Amino acid sequence: MIDILGYILMVIGVLFDIFGCIGLVRFPDVYNRLQAATKCVTLGTVAILVGVALISGWSPMSAKAVICAVFILITSPTAAHAIAKGAYAGGVELWEKSVVDKYAEEIDKS
Amino acid sequence: METFALLFYIGLLVCCFLCLYRIGRGPSAPDRTVAIDILGTVIVGFCAVLGLVTGKDFYLNVALAWALLSFIGTIALAKFLEGRSFDD
Repeated sequence: MIDILGYILMVIGVLFDIFGCIGLVRFPDVYNRLQAATKCVTLGTVAILVGVALISGWSPMSAKAVICAVFILITSPTAAHAIAKGAYAGGVELWEKSVVDKYAEEIDKS
Repeated sequence: METFALLFYIGLLVCCFLCLYRIGRGPSAPDRTVAIDILGTVIVGFCAVLGLVTGKDFYLNVALAWALLSFIGTIALAKFLEGRSFDD
């Protein structure tokens, strides 16, 4: 029973990875690509790792998988935030059909 | 299990090749940095699947080390993109 749950989680994870990478290829500018790819791939990889931990039961492998999942949950949004800030400070333009730029308003206020 | 494993491998390899396309094609440096970060995360999942299929748990050690190194590299590249040097 718990094996089936693990396999379902792994299939969901692989599907989310594929969708995130399709978003990475198809979206028009850096910020859209960043938000599509980072969120989807983080969820997908964490689902794969939790599935591996569930299937392998009480073992060193499951402990390492859980540690790895927690680590990815912490670091992946941090890295995405750093890349977005770096891209904005480096002068990468928004897509021409973007409608709002809150970060520029924040910079103007301060 | 073997057929399942083949499906997982094919799906994750498709992800890796889409990331490699964006690394090669990306018009600006942040595009490439995003793709490198995503490639690292996908490979962590790939290592977990390999460890489960082969039953050897050192693949999870590889996944942990890869996640750490990928994070540090991405942070360094982001700081470089921001136009600052590495020591401030």
